[in-house]
Amino acid sequence: MTKPSSTTTLAPAALAPISKLWATVGHVLPWAIAIGFFFVAEGSLSIGTQIMIWILFALSLDLILGYAGIVTLGHAAFFGVGAYAAGLFSIHFSPDPLIGHIFAIVVSGLLGLVTGALILHTTGVTFLMLTLATVSLIFEFGNQTRWLTGGDDGLQGMRVDPIFGMFEFNIFGQTAYVYALVVLFIWFLFSWRLMHSPFGRSLDGIRQNSRRMRAIGTPVWWRLLAIYGISAAMAGSAGALLAHSTRFVGLSSLSLLTSGIVTVMLILGGTRKLYGAFIGAAIYYLVQDSTAKINPHFWEFIVGGMLIITVLFLEGGLMDLGRIGRRLISRFRQRSDLP
Amino acid sequence: MTVTSALSVRGLNKSFGALVVAQAIDVELAPGARVGLIGPNGAGKTTFVNLLTGFLKPDSGTIALEGTPIEAMSPEMRVQRGLARTHQINTLLREDTARDNVAIAIAERKKYAWRMMRYTPQWKHCTEQADALLRDMGIADVGSRQVRELPYGQQRLLEIAIALALKPRVLLLDEPAAGVPSEEAHRIHDVLAKLPSDIAILIIEHDMEVIFRFAREIIVLLQGRVLTRGAPAQIKDDPEVRAVYLGRTVV
Repeated sequence: MTKPSSTTTLAPAALAPISKLWATVGHVLPWAIAIGFFFVAEGSLSIGTQIMIWILFALSLDLILGYAGIVTLGHAAFFGVGAYAAGLFSIHFSPDPLIGHIFAIVVSGLLGLVTGALILHTTGVTFLMLTLATVSLIFEFGNQTRWLTGGDDGLQGMRVDPIFGMFEFNIFGQTAYVYALVVLFIWFLFSWRLMHSPFGRSLDGIRQNSRRMRAIGTPVWWRLLAIYGISAAMAGSAGALLAHSTRFVGLSSLSLLTSGIVTVMLILGGTRKLYGAFIGAAIYYLVQDSTAKINPHFWEFIVGGMLIITVLFLEGGLMDLGRIGRRLISRFRQRSDLP
Repeated sequence: MTVTSALSVRGLNKSFGALVVAQAIDVELAPGARVGLIGPNGAGKTTFVNLLTGFLKPDSGTIALEGTPIEAMSPEMRVQRGLARTHQINTLLREDTARDNVAIAIAERKKYAWRMMRYTPQWKHCTEQADALLRDMGIADVGSRQVRELPYGQQRLLEIAIALALKPRVLLLDEPAAGVPSEEAHRIHDVLAKLPSDIAILIIEHDMEVIFRFAREIIVLLQGRVLTRGAPAQIKDDPEVRAVYLGRTVV
C-alpha cells in the first residue's frame, strides 16, 4: 500500500529472466523428448519415426501456409513425389539412402518451382483450386503409370543400404528414428534461420499486405516462388524419409486426404511458430494411436473435436496453451509479490 | 547528358472499352517539383497514379523516370528505380511495429530482403535507420508500437515515412491528409512542408488549403483530360475551374 508504484515497476524486470528461462525450456523440451524417446521406446520407435516425418511435413507447410500466407491443399503432391523419387531411385539407380534423399529433395523442389511458377500469380480460392487440380493430376498420374509406380499396389521392392555403409535399417527402427530425427533437426535449424531473416520478414509482410510490399518494391511473385520451392523440397524430404523407413511408397502419400491431414496437424499445433508442427503432428498421432484401440473410428471424432475447439478458442493453435499458462503463472507471481 | 526531368509523361492514353479514363495526358516534373493534381471525383486522378506506378498498363504514351522509359516495367521495378507512392487508404503491415514497417522498406531498397540466412547486422542497420527517419517525422515515440494500435493520423504519417525510406526521386502522394481530423492535420502539413527539396512530388488532395499552400503548379483533370494547368493563383481565378470543380470550396 505504501509504495505501490515500485512493486509494479519491479515486477516485470524480475520476470524477464523467467521468460528467458521459459524460452530456453521451450527450445530444449521437444528435442529432449525426441532423444529421450529413443531410449525408452522399446519396440514403438517406428511410430516415433512416423511422427517425426509428419512433423517435417507439417513444418514445410508452415513455411508457406503460416508465414507466407499461401493457402494450399496440394502439399501432398510434393510429399508423395519425394517419396516416389526416393523409392524409384533406390530401385533403379542406387540403394544409397543419402543420395536418394538428395535426389528426392531436388525432384520435389523442382516440381514445386514448376507448378508454383504456373499458379502463383493467382491468390485465394483460385489458387486453392489450382493446387487441388495439381495434386489430383499427380495422383492420377501415379495411379495410371502402373509400370513405374506400381499403381494402387504401391511401390515395392525398395532396397535401402545402410547409412554411411554402417547403420543398417533394422527391424527395431533405431536407424530410421535417428535418421529422421537428424534430418528434422537440420531442416528445423534451416527454417528457423530462414524465417528469422530479412527474407522471412518480407514473406510475413506479403502475408499481411501484398499491396504494401509491392509498393516498397518487393518482387512478390519471386519471393513466393522461392519459398514455395523450398517448402516443396522440404515436403519431398519428409516423403523420402517415409520411403526409406518403410521401404514402401503407397499411392495415399499423393492423395488429397494427406494434404488435409497435414493441414489439420499444423492448424491444431499452431501456425507461424515452427514448433506448432511438432505439437500438432505429435498430438494427432498419439490421439489416433491411443483411441484407435477403443474404436477404429473414434480418433476421428476426437481429432475433429480438438480441431473445432482450437479454431474457435485458440487462435494460435495448441501452442497458445503454453502462452496462456505462462501468463497465468506470471500473474500469479506478480500477485504473490505484492505485500 | 544531363537529366532535366524527374518524371516525364507524354501522350498517355487509357480507356476501358468506351470509357476513356486518360486522354493525351502530358505531365513534366522537374527535380524538386511540387505539383498538385486536382479534379472532381471520377476525373481519373487515381487512374493516373495507377498508370504511373504500373498497376495499369497504358494503351499508348510514354512515361520516363529520369530519362529512362518505365512504361513497360513492373510496379516493383519502378519502385526500385525511384518512383514511390503513398496510398489514399492506409496500406500498412498492421501486425508489425511502426519501426519494422519502415525497416522492411529500407531492407528492400538495400537489397537485403533476399538474404535468407543472415539476420542481425543488416537488419539492425535497417531498424536504426528506420528509427532515425521516424524521429525526423516527429513520431519517434511510436516506433515500438504495433501499427494497428496507432491513431489514424500517425498511420498517415507512417505511410509517408515508408515512402521516404525508399529514397525516391519522384514521390506520388495520394491524398496524404485524407480522413485526418483537422486538429491533427497540421502535423501532416508540417511533414509535407519539410519533405526533401530534391524529390519531385506530385500530390493529389481534396483539401484545397493543402494544395494551394504546398503546390507551385496545379494540374486540373476532368474526364481523363487535362482541363488546365498553371500556378495556384491562376487556377484559383480560372472561371472554368471554378465552374467544374472548385465552386463553393474556395472562397
